[in-house]
Amino acid sequence: MDRIPILRMGEFLLVTIQVDMHDQLALTLQDDLTAQITRTGARGVLIDISSLDVVDSFIGRMLGSIASMARLMNAETVVVGMQPSVAITLVELGLTLHGIRTALDVEKGMALLRASAAGRRRA
Amino acid sequence: MPVLKEETVAIGSDADVVLVRQLVRRRAQELRFSLVDQTKLVTAASELARNALEHGRGGEMLLQVLQDPPRSGLRLVFADQGPGIANVELAMKDGYTTGGGLGLGLGGAKRLVNEFAVESTPGKGTRITVTKWH
Ligand SMILES: Nc1ncnc2c1ncn2[C@@H]1O[C@H](COP(=O)(O)OP(=O)(O)OP(=O)(O)O)[C@@H](O)[C@H]1O
Ligand SMILES: [Mg+2]
Repeated sequence: MDRIPILRMGEFLLVTIQVDMHDQLALTLQDDLTAQITRTGARGVLIDISSLDVVDSFIGRMLGSIASMARLMNAETVVVGMQPSVAITLVELGLTLHGIRTALDVEKGMALLRASAAGRRRA
Repeated sequence: MPVLKEETVAIGSDADVVLVRQLVRRRAQELRFSLVDQTKLVTAASELARNALEHGRGGEMLLQVLQDPPRSGLRLVFADQGPGIANVELAMKDGYTTGGGLGLGLGGAKRLVNEFAVESTPGKGTRITVTKWH
């Protein structure tokens, strides 16, 4: 597989990472997401990493840059489903995913995105 | 120390970094490392394999299964013939990078394993050995 599919759900984009990503695949995802946000005017991006059994500094950095780019395009990013062993390892590695919102699962992540989009509409 | 098994993986592309992660995961599972310890070792291996690829122009990983009863362990040796590291102490510092990275790879990998050693000669290459015991 040389692309990770991006699903559109209303005003949000949903990405489920299911493979052990090599670096190029991660970079392609970053580009594809930026293009999709521009094209669809999406207000939020939900990235499900529950099948990832390892997140190293490269993937961590990619998640961070997706979130910053999305923010520039007025879209919020939520990362969901991080495995506890991955979270423990990230702390020891020294990688703080600051600026990235997280939620336990897809449902809670969606709720977060909806609330945030509604808040921004009122503002 | 008795070495039960030895295998080598060439590191020449980012697909090889994935192979490194998969092999280390499999061997750590076979040794019944806890899930957290597996994840720590695989993450350290991923950082060091990528360093060998990006900073060392490619190299290889030697994996050894160690038997030191009652302990068993996994030792990983990452070797490349790249430019070497002029100042190892500096390179180990979190946040130090000569590329566009976060500079977390070396310091982070050290925190994720039990033993960590760097040998590097400018102009000759770099060899990093890590061991995790169970
Ligand atoms: N195998 C190597 N050969 C030559 N130089 C290396 C090697 N490994 C690391 N270095 C040097 O040490 C620095 C720090 O490495 P480290 O892995 O901590 O950070 P990084 O690779 O720059 O970024 P990150 O790993 O966070 O993406 C590198 O920028 C590089 O200059
Ligand atoms: Mg590195």
